[in-house]
Amino acid sequence: MTGGAAPQPVADPLHPLGPWPHRHLFDVDHLSREQLEVCLDLAVEMRERRGGDQPPGPSPGALAGQTVGLAFYEGSTRTRVSFELAAREMGATTVDLAVAGSSVGKGESLADTLRTLERTGVTTVVLRHSAAGAPYLAARMTGLRIVNGGDGAHAHPTQALLDALTLREALGGLAGKRVAIVGDVAHSRVARSNIHALTRLGASVRVGGPPAWVRGFELWPGVSVSGTLAEALRDADAVMTLRVQLERAAAGGVASLREYSSIWGLTEERMELAAPGAPLLHPGPTNEGVELTAELASSERSLIGRQVRNGVPVRMAVFSLLAP
Amino acid sequence: MSEAFANARFGSLTDPPTSFLLTGVRVIDPSNGHDAVADLAVIDGRIVDGGAGGDLPRDVQRIDGRGFVAGPGLCDLHAHLRQPGRAAGETVASGARAAAHGGYTTVCAMPNTDPPLDEAARVAHVSGLARDAAVRVRVIGAASRGRAGQELVDAAEMSAEGAVGFSDDGASLPTAGLVRAALLALAPLGVPLVEHAEDPSLADGALMRSGPIATRLGLAGWPPSAELTIVERDIALAEETGGRLHLTHLSTATALQAVRRAKDRGVRVTCDVTPHHVALTDAWVGGDRAFSWQEPDPAGLGADPFGTPLDPQLAYDGSCLVNPPLTTRPDALALLDGVADGTVDAIATDHAPHPPEHKAVEFAAAAPGMIGLETALSLGLAAVQAGCLTLAQLLGALSHRAAALIGEERGMAIGATADLVVFDMSAQWTVSRETLVSRSTNTPLLGMSLPGVVRLTVANGRATYDGGLLGGEGTAPH
Repeated sequence: MTGGAAPQPVADPLHPLGPWPHRHLFDVDHLSREQLEVCLDLAVEMRERRGGDQPPGPSPGALAGQTVGLAFYEGSTRTRVSFELAAREMGATTVDLAVAGSSVGKGESLADTLRTLERTGVTTVVLRHSAAGAPYLAARMTGLRIVNGGDGAHAHPTQALLDALTLREALGGLAGKRVAIVGDVAHSRVARSNIHALTRLGASVRVGGPPAWVRGFELWPGVSVSGTLAEALRDADAVMTLRVQLERAAAGGVASLREYSSIWGLTEERMELAAPGAPLLHPGPTNEGVELTAELASSERSLIGRQVRNGVPVRMAVFSLLAP
Repeated sequence: MSEAFANARFGSLTDPPTSFLLTGVRVIDPSNGHDAVADLAVIDGRIVDGGAGGDLPRDVQRIDGRGFVAGPGLCDLHAHLRQPGRAAGETVASGARAAAHGGYTTVCAMPNTDPPLDEAARVAHVSGLARDAAVRVRVIGAASRGRAGQELVDAAEMSAEGAVGFSDDGASLPTAGLVRAALLALAPLGVPLVEHAEDPSLADGALMRSGPIATRLGLAGWPPSAELTIVERDIALAEETGGRLHLTHLSTATALQAVRRAKDRGVRVTCDVTPHHVALTDAWVGGDRAFSWQEPDPAGLGADPFGTPLDPQLAYDGSCLVNPPLTTRPDALALLDGVADGTVDAIATDHAPHPPEHKAVEFAAAAPGMIGLETALSLGLAAVQAGCLTLAQLLGALSHRAAALIGEERGMAIGATADLVVFDMSAQWTVSRETLVSRSTNTPLLGMSLPGVVRLTVANGRATYDGGLLGGEGTAPH
């Protein structure tokens, strides 16, 4: 090391692109390719530090002294738990708005509930809601930072980020890769956010499913629609299948779960239609025997466990980037 | 009273008739093609000869009308005035003042009140509430008892109390059999069945028009077939029975084309479209704010529905939830063409006021509808300025052609009772909570600047809204 050189400004490892320009995470649609990469890189770093003996993350306690509210208006296990762990690892305390035991059941409006959380000192809210667009309303009606934990059929940005990270590592990058998404794409927030993230990272997406469940997606740039499973899977570098919402199947779209499974259900044998060794993803929870077989879910192709393990570090990265 | 109305005065139909001489004003009468600059004289509520040959009282108030347009008073076939039962959003009185502020002299009150207007006494009740209102309020009665879609109302009794049409607006009559019965029952009364065309088996659960924007936003889409199937059903029944059918708030090009074909073969069918279906588009739900006739911004949601990041301030705003939903740009332009070629008989507002607690909620939970009485003329004038309509086509659809459907006349001829609007086409105003008179402000136009400022509304010879033109005494707007 030579002495006497003027000290160079140290690049902030958290913010190589400069300060993070977003106050909220509504979807991945407002993130540039570079911002997506930064977020994934940061998640890798969080994961390594979590797993190793090193001191806590690159921005120790980025949320120290803050309270993160978990407002889950729809049921969730893995998403809620992983947000909770991520917030705590970043130094925050968490408040769980258990919908059943709160004023929500008494007809209190979303805005009123969130304002109450804000007055009690919550600074960031993770919101899951059945109504598409609810996170925008929450941000407009309060001063809270909003992290979208899934809104209706619109967006699930942290799922898309953890899927992108899982795929990037399994495929060695996403540029030029072909990803097939199979199932009820029309009602899937996971599919929409994945399409935004994957296409922005350079992959192309092929969606496949019963006509009522893929209709309209052929107009999305970077996306093609396949009418058969064989066509959807052909040469796919990776395959993602979606959870079939049992009540949706009952309400139309497919005649029966059995018919869906017989035409669109993924098996180890059918996965041979994809590129050799193509991995399988599923956002969970799975309906084994419907959209995929139990054998496939636990096979070597399956990245389902890795998706879950990437959930906490991705959400730590998000909290870290959004931290004031 | 807000600053915006410091010089404004509202009058009522029970005031003494007005008198004035408006010099150098452009007088338009779309019923006969008249369009010329003249001196417009109104003496004791009647239009008289204002020219050199006129014999006007010496003390008549003279006003410089240069730059203003005077046309027949506007007539709205479709407004929700919310009384009885829903006065948190609007009252007959506040809705009537909003109408006068928008240049209207007649407003038809829709029957989906609480209780619904499904009996003669309820029709009479609303007429009574409107006795000294700022516009004539005519009543559209419910078509079925309780709007339940089972039994027809006593239409003859309700018609005798003044009902000018019958509708279960908010829903179509559920069965072809009931539509047929209604058309037959109404035929001798000379009033139309007013149908909201929407097949619930196709539309239930939908939150916006189907298409790329709905796909992007993850909102269940309302397919055009939801409207077309009912329109085709109802036209077939009108053709078979000879009954009078009026289709309200059409929102799709295919339904309008079905009406065009039916008219060509002589079916007694008429239709209206709303200002928001011709001027706004489905991209507004995602936060876009371009009018249908504007070339979409290449970086905006209209041109790039999948790639453009959503505007967090405007996306999924409950003010854009309306039924039928805001339509696609090609359909909006087709509706505008229908106004221009006359297939569309009237522009009707579907003025649907709601208090904020019903709108500042999750998009899926918002009450459908937006206010329109105060912005209809301005949106129409914006379309005129964009070259999509002539002023005569616009005023025809807003005034005499709409009025004719409920048996009213409009005209600017000498000798007629003054029933007119005077507006400044070159002036702009900003839509805001302060500049709106309606009790509700649920419109996505809030904050936008629109052309066309109403300066004077005269209904039945009375100055019902005076935006500072006549001066003098009156009541404050609020």
